[in-house]
This record gives sequence, structure tokens and C-alpha cells, in this order.
Amino acid sequence: MTRSSFTHKPHITSVDVIVPPAGQPPKGGTCPDALCLRNGRAAPLAALPVMSFARFSQWLSEQIGAGCRAVAFFAVPRESASAQRTAPPLFFLYAVLADDVAGLLLAARTEVGSSYPSLTPGIAALHLFERVLYEKFAILPEGHPWLKPVRFNNSAGPGVGEMDFYRIDGDEVHEVAVGPIHAGVIECGHFRFQCLGEEVLHLEISLGYHHRGVEAMLTGGPLARILPLMETVAGDSTAAHAFACCTLLEGLSETSPSPRGQHIRALALELERLACHTGDIGAIAGDVGFLPTSAFCGRLRGDWLNMSAMICGSRFSRGLFVPGGTAFDLDPALARVLMDKVALAARDVQGAVRLVWDSPSVMARLTGIGVLPTSVAASLGMVGPPARASGLARDARRSHPLPCLPALEKICAADGGDVGDRTVLRYDEVLASAALCQNILKDLPAGGCRAEKQKKFHAVAPKHIAVALAEGWRGEVCHVALTDEIGHFAAYSIVDPSFHNWAGLAYALRGQQISDFPLCNKSFNLSYCGHDL
Amino acid sequence: MTSQMIVALGGMLLSLLLAPLLPGCTNRVKAMMGGRKGRPLLQLYFDLCRLMGKSPVYPGVTTYFFKAAPTACLTSAVAALTVLPFWPVAAPANFSGDFILLAGLFAMSRFFLILAALDTGSAFEGMGASRDALFSALAEPIFLFCLLLLCRQAHSLTLSGMTTVAAGPAAIQGYWMFYLMLAFALFLLLLQENSRIPVDDPNTHLELTMIHEVMILDHSGPDLAFLEYAAALKLWIFSLLIAGLVLPLPSVPLFDDGGSLGPHGLAGLAVHWGTTLLAIFGVGALVGLVESLMARLRMERVPQVLAMAGAFAGLAALTLWRQA
Repeated sequence: MTRSSFTHKPHITSVDVIVPPAGQPPKGGTCPDALCLRNGRAAPLAALPVMSFARFSQWLSEQIGAGCRAVAFFAVPRESASAQRTAPPLFFLYAVLADDVAGLLLAARTEVGSSYPSLTPGIAALHLFERVLYEKFAILPEGHPWLKPVRFNNSAGPGVGEMDFYRIDGDEVHEVAVGPIHAGVIECGHFRFQCLGEEVLHLEISLGYHHRGVEAMLTGGPLARILPLMETVAGDSTAAHAFACCTLLEGLSETSPSPRGQHIRALALELERLACHTGDIGAIAGDVGFLPTSAFCGRLRGDWLNMSAMICGSRFSRGLFVPGGTAFDLDPALARVLMDKVALAARDVQGAVRLVWDSPSVMARLTGIGVLPTSVAASLGMVGPPARASGLARDARRSHPLPCLPALEKICAADGGDVGDRTVLRYDEVLASAALCQNILKDLPAGGCRAEKQKKFHAVAPKHIAVALAEGWRGEVCHVALTDEIGHFAAYSIVDPSFHNWAGLAYALRGQQISDFPLCNKSFNLSYCGHDL
Repeated sequence: MTSQMIVALGGMLLSLLLAPLLPGCTNRVKAMMGGRKGRPLLQLYFDLCRLMGKSPVYPGVTTYFFKAAPTACLTSAVAALTVLPFWPVAAPANFSGDFILLAGLFAMSRFFLILAALDTGSAFEGMGASRDALFSALAEPIFLFCLLLLCRQAHSLTLSGMTTVAAGPAAIQGYWMFYLMLAFALFLLLLQENSRIPVDDPNTHLELTMIHEVMILDHSGPDLAFLEYAAALKLWIFSLLIAGLVLPLPSVPLFDDGGSLGPHGLAGLAVHWGTTLLAIFGVGALVGLVESLMARLRMERVPQVLAMAGAFAGLAALTLWRQA
């Protein structure tokens, strides 16, 4: 790809952050009670001792204070709980932290009864996780500042969206309710604004309309249809979720994917990123009423999607991922065609986006609105492009590379955290991702696209825990599975990047004009169904 | 009825017939700039026909005001055409001070539209109404100021007598800067009054960012057709006004001494009307060009556009001062 001749940067630029390669000693120091895992690898549950709650809480604070971030936090009922309902503790509480510097995933567990002192006041990133526990298992986090339903999945509880919203009183304060049904073909979600004239004082986001019970469906599995299910967790992140799930199954069955298959998977993941980022840039341009870029990017998004279709017949990479590799191989002729198409589409994206950089009215519109400061992004545990646009160099492809794949050389990041930065970041990631695609296509490993030994991937190891992180276009997708004595899933926890990031959007709107909300929303472009599961 | 009146009414009829073509022209330019084929030029005609065939649906909470707004808007737009001449003949109804009526008719249509929006009790429509009220309150004095300057320059208190066409090329001598600056100020007002980019985005589906579109969200069927048609007429009226300012057409006597339109006059009329129509669609294309080349402004910057319109009107006034 001819990057140099077309690369054209606007006044606000993103920087390439080169974080040290994974493998440094953990910053927070090692902890004998916690289990250190590599991405996609399983470990026996016996290696995960049960901490006391006080120790657990202290460990979490220490690790998060030392720069780790919470990637999963979930509860599993104890087997004996049903027999003796009165005797606490009833649940195991699991936390998985990511140490981006060491490239390690730290897991720990503790026992809790029907309530425990809330961790949210100290660790804001856990606020939504604790609300889910409360809603799912009625485990009360005492002292949680904002305890409300998340997905409204309790049939005895209130209907979706029925709750008291944060409210500001005053003669001149007015409330604007948007959704759950929106203008345009998008998913359902409710937004409640407290406004003083045009200024937004507070935004509360209420989701849950797309709750399908994905995690409950998976418990007791692995089902034969687990991958088709995973592909629909968030339809636009098909490759990311399927990749994470395959990695988990391979980890639990202690097999390795075929290197060729793993590279084709990585290619599908990048094509998904390219399509979605291109579409997002076009949508941002459309929201400010700048039609040329909007129209060009709409077409180019289709070009990227068609490349996925050339590999596997589906524009969204459905059916491509299978445990052990991919269902479709890439013959050399197709690889050459794809290389040309990637170069051509990347050049066209540059041309289309250059119109944005060259239009002062567009740049003025994008700059300075929806600012998410670095400190807030860090404490909310943001991931993906919004985190990187706010100056957090978080990319699982760099810090937690998947098995058989090289770590990403550099992370694109910006430091302003406004809509313009999120747009520039997407553009930079498109260029980097297109270059990555070229590299993958150039040096595809030889061999079959599926693992040599057609082992039963559904025969997973009993009493194990495995964690898989895949950096999708929207951010890091985290899947955690626990197996029971007979090798069935005792729990399967999915954390979509949207789950971390919705709170960031609500924060970014504070003090902004309400008419800027659609643009800020588009610059985050979060998933409703990925959050609702 | 004199032939002069017949020609004036003919011009008005032409405006009523061709007005829905103007948004089509703007959209076609936008589509071409975006590399798209775009919707048909006659799309608004199709939409109006389709809407007229439907029965309206009224929100349960609305009252008489909601139903009155479409009629009031369309009436005021048609009434505005009676005082605005289709150059070069005088308007069907022209009298001293008719330009104030023009501004008043715009205000009336806005008043009813705002009432109808508030009538629905929707937060979106309330916000749209509040934005529209604010921006038009800023725009209206500038609009009147522009018209007053024209009066001063043409020494005439009617719209029919105050433009370059009426005055003839001789009047422009030395004043072309005045007319150009006024035309530019009016063009900015056109963008604001007709909810075009950079002030408003006529194509957006995002209720939180809309101004005009959000106020007609709850209207349907013939009511919506009335509002869409009235909006097209308003765009036409502004374009016609600007065309009248920038076209230095020679004023040929169209009517002979008996007051009838001879063959010579008929040819002159055809040339004038053809040029005027070209200029109107030129303004429509210019709107499309602006919409393709720039983004919509942040809501809080819209008053700056109006301030610029005011500044240009002020500069035009200064040129008059110097000449005087």
C-alpha cells in the first residue's frame, strides 16, 4: 500500500504509542492467591484458591491501582447452595483483571453470601458488573451508589426501562426522553437527558431491550450451535466474538489452532474493523451533514464487507470460524486478488476522508465536543477506540496477543478524547489495519486451515477456567468460561466492549449541547445487543 | 382585467407550479457532488401527490392549533407571492409598504408552526420551536433592514419597484457592490429561514439536532403536504428575491401604449422570465453546493451566521452613505 503518497493528516493528529512488549514483570507484584493466565489458555480451577472477601477486595484495589483493569467480574452459585439454602456463602465471585504491561490475565475468586460491601465506590469500573450481580442473583452490593437493573431480565422485576431516572428539579430544567424506538433503523435503547436549555446537565442511559439470555443459554454447554450463537451476540462484531469463543474452546480442550487458520481469522477480524471504522467515519460525516464523505464511505464499507464475502461467502464472516481454525481456506489466487482490493479500498478511504480533513467547517464541528478526559476513561475502564482516543494505549492485540499470532507493533492513540480524536483514531486504525491485512496476506503460513488432529473440541477439560480476549473493532471482547466436573460450562461470561463504554458516553455528554448528542453517540458507536446479551 | 394584471397572475401561477422543482434541483446538485445518482428531480411533486391522497392522523393531545398550522403556513406563503413580483412585471397586489407585509406573513406562518409544535407537548418539538423562535427573531430585523435599504436606494416603498430589474441597469451604475452585498446577506437569510445547512440539516433523521423538520414530525397526510409545499414556496420566494437583486436585466417596455402585450413585449417577457427562472434555479444549485461543501454548524454558532448577514447588510448601508 502506498501510504506515504496519500497520508494526509489534519491539525489534530493521533500518535503511535509503542508500549513495551508484553512479558514485563507484573506491576502490582505477584500475588500467591491469584492465578496468572495467558490469553486463550486454560488453567485448572484447583489452582485458583478462594480468598477471603477482605483479601479479595484489597487485591482488586491494589491491582487496579497498579494499572490493571477489570475485564470480567461474575458470580457462580455454589453447587451445595441449593441443598442448604440458609447457610452462606452461596456464591463464588470471580474477577479477571488484565495486566497490559505483563501481558497476563489475573483471576481471583472469593465467596460471598447474599450481600457484600460494594466495591464500586473504590473501583468505578465495576459499577455495572455489580448491578448485574444484584439483578441476576440478588447479591446485594451494600453501598453501591447507583443500584438499578441493567438488563431487566428478572421476570418478577420491573419491565424493561421501568425505573426511576436521575432527575434534576428546577423551573428551567427540562427532561428529554429519547427512545427506546429511534428514528432510523437502529437498535433500542432509552436516553434520559436533564437539560438546562440546550445544555445537558445529566444523561442516563437505560438499556436491556435486547436481552436474549445468551449467557444462560451457554451454561451447561458447549452446545453444538455455540458458534452460530456467538456470531449473533453482536452482529457487527461477528468475527470478534467468534474468535474469542473459538480461542476459549481451543484453550479448554488444550489444542492449538492451525497457524494458517489463525491468520485467516485475524484477517477476518481486520476486515471487520476496516468495514466498521469506514462506516463509522461516513456516519460521523453524515451526522454533521457532510454528504460527500458520507456517501463515499458508505460504498467503501460495502467493499470491505465484500472482501469478507470473498473469503467465506458471508459479508459478516458468518460461518468462517470453527474450533481449530477456519471453515474456508484462502487459495493463493484469492490472496493476490484480496491484496489488490485492500490496497485499492485503503486508497479510496484516504481520498474520501481527506475531504473531511480539508473542510474547516467539518473539523470545527468535530473538535472540542464530547470530551472524555483520560482520567475518567481510565477509571471507567474504557476499552477500544474511545479509550485510545482519550490517550489510553489499550489494545489486546498488542498486550494480549492470541495464540500463534504476533503482537501488534504499535497502538494508535490520540490524547484529546473528543469526537475529532475518535474520528482521526478510526482513520489511523483503518490505515494500520489495511497494512496489517497486506502483511497477513503476504505471509500466510502453509498448511491446512484447520488443526491437524480433528480433536473433539467440545470435549473440554473438566474443572478449568479459561479467558480469551479478542480486540474487535469496537474494543476488547472478553469471554470467560468455567467448566464443571463433567466438562460442561458451569458459567460462561461474555463482556462486550460496549458494556464498559456506555458509561463513558454518558459522561462525555455532560455540559454539552443536546444537539451534539447524536454526533457524540456516533463517535462511540456502541452496541445495544452486545451490552444486553 | 388589464393585460398587466394577467401577466402578473401568470407569473404567480408559474411560481406556484415550479416551486416544488427547486428542492429537487438542490438535491440533484448535492447528489452529484456526493457521487450519487440522487432522487428524481420531480420527487417533491410525487411526495405531495402521495400525501394528498392520505388521510391525516392527529396526536390525541393536540387541539385546534395543530390543525390550523398547515393551512396558515400555506396561506401565508401564497399570500406572500401576491406581493412579490415575478420580475419584471409588478406584483398582483402592490402597494406602499407591502414589503412589511412580506416579513409579517413569514412571521405569521412561523407563529402558527411554533404553536402547533408546542401543542403536541413533545420535548423534541418544543426544542425545535424554541430554536426556530430564537434564530428567526435574530433573522427578522436583518431581513427588514435589507428591504429598507432597497427602498432607500430605489426611492420606492413597494417590492415591485425596489429591485434592480425595476430600476434598470442605469440605477446599478456605481452600486453593484451594494446589490451584491445585499444579495449575499439575503442568501445567508435564505439558508436560515429555509433550514438549510449550515443552520439546519433537511436530510437528518436525528430529532435532537433538527429545527424545522422536528416541528413537522407529527403532521401527516395533506397537512404534511401543505407544510412541505409551503416550505418549497418559501425557498422559491427567497430565491426570487435574490434573483431580482443580482439580475441587471435591461428594462424593456413590455406593454405598448394601450396597455396590451404586443409580440415584441411577449418576446421580452419570455427572455425576462427565462433568465429569472435560470437565476432562481441557480440559487437552488448554489444552496446544494453550499450543503455539499460544508458541514452543519454547531447550534450555538448559528447566530454568527446571522451576524454575518447583518454585517453585510450594514456594509451595504455604508456604500449608500458614501454615495449620498
